[in-house]
Amino acid sequence: MNMQMTGLRAWLVQRVAAVYVGLFSLYLLIHFTTNAPGSYLEWRDWVGHPGIAVSWALFFIALLLHAWVGMRDVLLDYVHNTAVRLVALLGLALFLLAQGLWALTVLLGAGT
Amino acid sequence: MTNADKDPRPKYLNLLQIRLPVTGIVSIAHRISGVLLVISMPLGIYLLQHSLGGPDEFRSLSGFFSNAAVRLALLLIVMAVAYHLFAGIRFLLIDLGVGEHLPAARRGAWSVVGATAIAFLLALFVVI
Repeated sequence: MNMQMTGLRAWLVQRVAAVYVGLFSLYLLIHFTTNAPGSYLEWRDWVGHPGIAVSWALFFIALLLHAWVGMRDVLLDYVHNTAVRLVALLGLALFLLAQGLWALTVLLGAGT
Repeated sequence: MTNADKDPRPKYLNLLQIRLPVTGIVSIAHRISGVLLVISMPLGIYLLQHSLGGPDEFRSLSGFFSNAAVRLALLLIVMAVAYHLFAGIRFLLIDLGVGEHLPAARRGAWSVVGATAIAFLLALFVVI
């Protein structure tokens, strides 16, 4: 793959992220149906456990990358005015970045 | 700068009259569910933060989730996730060449509908 921002790179990022998000969601479903946390401490210790916290962080990173590619496609398809589209893409990027940083602070808080 | 008004090609955008094949409906529903999920992201992160805030906050969540309107919203979001996942898996398979051609593509689309219906019944059973 070359260094240019080709559509192929976005496509690949979206697919790889999708697989991780899908698998993690399945993991969450199984965990909550078989081993639902009974108390706050149980919940916090599970999320705060280093391996689990990292898998959660990766989940949020993958989710945001996946959401970015998807939403960018939506904006590219439907917003035809260049200036408006640019502002919308910028707004989307800031929104997703904010979600990511927020999720990170939540996860870091669980570890303390 | 592109401007749609300068494009002389005819266009027909009456959403109430357009009839898409099942594959088209599955595709646009995948996009719509995706946008819905992005919009519900802040709520999800907020709930996660709240659940980790302390024993009192954790306990208050079970009260929050016993509210009927909240359960309905939760059902909607869970269904959006399930649908987006099933339709997404179909797209990944198409990327790999499985179910690319029309007969298989239509079967795949109907499978997504079927899987979502089953997930809906299971979700109803859990939420109600």
